[in-house]
Amino acid sequence: MDNFNQIALIFILAVPLFTGGALIFFPRNKIGAIRTFALAGSLLTFLLSFYVFVMYDYHEGGYQFVGSIIWLMDPLNIQFSFGIDGISAPMILLTGIVMLAGTMMSWNIEYRSKDFFVLFMFLVAGVLGTFSVTDIFFLFFFYELAVLPMFPLIAVWGSTTDFGSFLRTKEYSAMKLTLYLVAGSVLVWIGIIALFIETTNAGAGTFSIETLSQMSEDGVFSRKFQLIFFPFFMIGFGVLAGLWPFHTWSPDGHVAAPTAVSMIHAGVLMKLGAYGIIRIGMTVLPEGASGWMPLLIGLGTVNVLYGAISAMGQRDLKYVIGYSSVSHMGLVLMGLATLNPIGVTGAVLQMFSHGIMTALFFAVVGMIYERTHTRDITILGGIAHRMPFTVILFAVAGLTSLGLPGLSGFIAEILIFVGVFKTSIFLAILAVVGAAITAVYVLRLLGKAFFGPMDSKWETLTDGGPRELITNGLLAGIIFFVGLWPMPLLRVINSGVAELLARYPI
Amino acid sequence: MTENLHLLMPELFLAILAVVVLVADLFLPDDRKIYLPWLAVLGLIGLIVLSLNLLWNTDLMLYGGLISLDNFSLFFKCVFLVLGIIVILASMDFVSRWLRSPGEYYSIVLFSILGMILMVEAQELLTAYIAIELMAFGFYVLVAFGRNNRKSNEAGLKYILVGAFSSAIFLYGLSLVYAYTAVTHFDAIEASLSSVLANTDQIGPSLWVGMALMLAGLGFKVAAVPFHMWAPDTYEGAPIPVTAFLSVGSKIASLAFMLRLFSEAFLPAIDQWQIIVAVISALTMTVGNVVAMVQSNYKRLLAYSSIGHVGFMLMGIAALSSIAIDGLLLYMIGYAVTTMAVFTALTAFFNMTGREDISDLGGLADTHSYFAAAIAVALFSLAGLPFFAGFTMKFYLFAAVGTEGFLWLAGLAIFNSFISLYYYLKMIREMYVKPTPDSVRLVMSQSGVSNGISKPTKLITCLSVVLTLSIIYLGVYPLHLLKAIQAATLSIW
Repeated sequence: MDNFNQIALIFILAVPLFTGGALIFFPRNKIGAIRTFALAGSLLTFLLSFYVFVMYDYHEGGYQFVGSIIWLMDPLNIQFSFGIDGISAPMILLTGIVMLAGTMMSWNIEYRSKDFFVLFMFLVAGVLGTFSVTDIFFLFFFYELAVLPMFPLIAVWGSTTDFGSFLRTKEYSAMKLTLYLVAGSVLVWIGIIALFIETTNAGAGTFSIETLSQMSEDGVFSRKFQLIFFPFFMIGFGVLAGLWPFHTWSPDGHVAAPTAVSMIHAGVLMKLGAYGIIRIGMTVLPEGASGWMPLLIGLGTVNVLYGAISAMGQRDLKYVIGYSSVSHMGLVLMGLATLNPIGVTGAVLQMFSHGIMTALFFAVVGMIYERTHTRDITILGGIAHRMPFTVILFAVAGLTSLGLPGLSGFIAEILIFVGVFKTSIFLAILAVVGAAITAVYVLRLLGKAFFGPMDSKWETLTDGGPRELITNGLLAGIIFFVGLWPMPLLRVINSGVAELLARYPI
Repeated sequence: MTENLHLLMPELFLAILAVVVLVADLFLPDDRKIYLPWLAVLGLIGLIVLSLNLLWNTDLMLYGGLISLDNFSLFFKCVFLVLGIIVILASMDFVSRWLRSPGEYYSIVLFSILGMILMVEAQELLTAYIAIELMAFGFYVLVAFGRNNRKSNEAGLKYILVGAFSSAIFLYGLSLVYAYTAVTHFDAIEASLSSVLANTDQIGPSLWVGMALMLAGLGFKVAAVPFHMWAPDTYEGAPIPVTAFLSVGSKIASLAFMLRLFSEAFLPAIDQWQIIVAVISALTMTVGNVVAMVQSNYKRLLAYSSIGHVGFMLMGIAALSSIAIDGLLLYMIGYAVTTMAVFTALTAFFNMTGREDISDLGGLADTHSYFAAAIAVALFSLAGLPFFAGFTMKFYLFAAVGTEGFLWLAGLAIFNSFISLYYYLKMIREMYVKPTPDSVRLVMSQSGVSNGISKPTKLITCLSVVLTLSIIYLGVYPLHLLKAIQAATLSIW
C-alpha cells in the first residue's frame, strides 16, 4: 500500500486529465458513451480523493503522499513536487465530491457534450493540481489551468440573463470572469517572481513551498519585503476568493455558467483563492500577513454585509446564490484574517461546508431552471406543491447558509465568529448581523419563490428524477453528517492549521 | 583559406538547393511543379542531418574571424532549417491556389533562410550586414508576391522603402563605430571598448551615436516601437504564409543577431545601452498590445501582437545574462512554434474562404472544429496560459528578467500579457460563440468557385496537428529543449 500512496496524488491528477484527453477521440454523436466515460472518470477521481482523505494521518501532520520529479534544472530549479497537508486534504475531498455531483447534473447536456466534458475534466484537473502540489510554479500553473476552460464553458454553454433593463449576455460574463481572474493572477505572478528573486539573492533560488517557508523562518525575507509583497498574494488570490471590491465577476460569472460549472466554480474554484492566500501568503510571508490582516478582516466584513444585502435585492434565483457566495467567502476571509487557530480552522471548514452547500444550491436551481425555464423569483411562486423534494433540498442548503445548528454551516460559522470575537468584538457583531441578513433573504426566498399559492402554469411540473435526487440527496447528507459529527473533518484541518500557525505569535 | 571549407557545406548546399529549385521550375511542366516544394523540404531535412553531424559541439572561428561556428550558430541553424520546412509545407496549398511562379517563391524562401543562418553566424559587422540584406531582399520580394493584389503591392513597396531606409541607418551607425574603433570584428570592438572604458567612464559621442543608430536600424528590422510603423501594413498586405515567415523568421534572426552583437561586441558598454533597450522594450510591448485590442483584421491583430512579443523578447537583451539568454532563446522557440501554429491554421482557413477579418472566423468551431481548437490553443499559448508553450516561455523569461534587477519590466510584461488575453479571447469568442457569417458560409459551400474549396488539404491539417502537439509538448516538458538552449547559451556567454 505504501507504493500506492506515493503515486495516489499523481493518479488523482492523471485520471481527470486522461479522461479529458481520451474523450477528445470519442465520436461526437455517441453521447451516451461520452457521458458514461466521464462519469466513470469522475467516480474514480472521487474514490481516489476519498481514499487520500481517509488515509491522511492527522497524528503525524505535515505533507503526506509526497513525491517529486525534476522538471527544470538550474537555474530555475522547478520541481514537480506534490503532497497534501491537513488543509489541502479536505479540499481534495471537496473537489472529488463536487466533481462527481457536477458530472451527474450535466447528464442532460446535448449540445457539444463531448467538448463540454473535455473542458470540464481539464477544469477539475486544474483545481486538483492546485490543491496537491507543493511547488509555487506548479501551483500557479494549475491555478491558471483552472481559469482557462472557464471562458469557453460559460461562453458556449452558459445562459444569458435578460430582465429588459438588466442584460448580461453570457459572452459578457465569460469575458468579465476570465479577465478579472487573470488580472488577479498578474499580481500573483509578480509576487512569485519577487519571491524567486529574493531567494536567488539569498543564494539558492527556489519555488518549493517547503524550502521557502524554511527560508522564511531563517529570516531571508525582510519585514519590509513581506509587507510589500503580501498584498500581491492577498489581492491576487483574493480576486478569485471574491474579495470585495473585486468580487463583481463572481455573481455574473456564476449566473451565466451552466449548472455543473457553477457548482465547480462557486463550490471549489473560489476556494482556490483562499487556499492560495493560506499556502503562499500566510505560509511564506508571516510578518506580511500579520501586518495586512486588519485590512483583510475589514474587507471580509464588507464582503459579508455587502454580499448579504445585495442578495436581498435580487430577482434572479441564481443571483441570490451568487451574492450569498460572496457573503460566505467573506466569512472565510475573516476567519483566515483572525490568525488564531479557532478562526482559521473555522475558515477552512467553512470552505468545505460552503463548497458542498453552494454546489447543492446551484444543482437545485439548475433542476428548477431546466423545468420552468425561468429563474425569476416573482414568477416562480408555489412550485413546492409540484416539486416537494427539490424544494426540501433547496431548504437544506438555505438553512445551512443561514447557520442552522445541526448543519455544517453552523459549526464553521460559530468557529469563525468565536475567532473573530477574539480579534474584534465589533467586527464579530457585524458578521453575526450578516448571518442574520442571510436568514432574511433565504427565508424570504423560500416563502416567495417556492411556497405560497401556486400559479396554474406550474400544474405540469415534475419533481426531480432519481438521478438528480440521489445526487443532491448525497450532498445534503454530507451537510448533515458534517453538521452532526464534524470531528473526522476537524481533526484533519486542525493538524494543518496548527502547523500553519506555529510560526505566528499568538 | 580553403582548408575549412567543408565546414560551410550546409550553407553552400543551401545556396545550391535554392538555385536548383529556381532552375528546376523552368524545366518542369505545370502539373509537375508540385515536386518543387518537396524537393526543397527534402533538401532542408538533409541539411539538418548534415549540420548536426558536421558541427556538433564545434567551436571554431573561420576565415580570419568572419564567421563563428559554435553551438549558438548550430542551434539557430537548425531552428531556421526547421522553420523553412514548416513555412514551405504551410505554403504549398496557398501557393498553388493564389500565387504564380512557385519555383521563385520557394527558392526565395530558401535564400532568406540562408541569410538568417549567416546573420547568426557572423562575427563581423560587414558580413552581418550582407547577411541581413540577403534575408531582407528575400522578404521584399515575398511580401509583394501577390502580384495581382493591390494590398500586397503596397505592402511590398512600403516594406522595401522602410527596409532600405533602416539598412542605411544601420550602415551609417556601423561606419561611425568603425570610425571610432577602426575595427569591425566583434571581439576587436569589445577589446577596443573595454580599453576606452578602462580609462574614462564615458564613451565618445560618435561611438554612442553609432551604437544608437545600429540599434535603431535593428529596431526597424524587428519592428520595435518607435520603429514599428511599417509592420501592420506589411503584415496585412503580405500573403499569409509570408506574414508567418516574416513575423517568425526575420524577428528571431534579427534578435539572435542582436544578442550576439550586444553580448560579444558591445558588452563593455552595457551601462550605456541597457536602459535604452529596456525602455524600448517597455514601449514596444505596451504599444503593441494596446493597439492590438482595436484591430478587426486578424493579420493586423497578429502583427500588433507580434510587436508586443518583440517587446517581451527585447527584455531578454536588456537583462543580458546567462539566465536571461536562456529565457530569451526559450521564448524565441515557443513564440516561433506557436506563431507558426496559428498562421498555419489561419492559412488553412484562408485557403477555404479567402477572408481575413476576425468576424469571418465566426462559427468556425461548428464548421471546422479541429481548426478552431488549433487556433484557440495557439492563441491561449500566445496569451501565456499554462499547458502550452506560452506559459513556460513567459514564466522563464519573466523570472529571468526579474532576477537581473528588472522587476518593474517583468511586472509590466506580465500586465501586458494580461492585456493580450483580451484580444486573443475576442478571436476565440468569435470562433466559438458567434454564428458563421452568411457570406463565409456561401464561399465555403460553393466548392470550386473563386478558388474556394471548403476542405483543407490533409497536408496542412497534419502540419497543424504536429505544431499543436509541439505547443503542448513544450508547455508540459521543456527539459530537453532547455538543455540544447543552455548549450547554445554557453558558447556566447
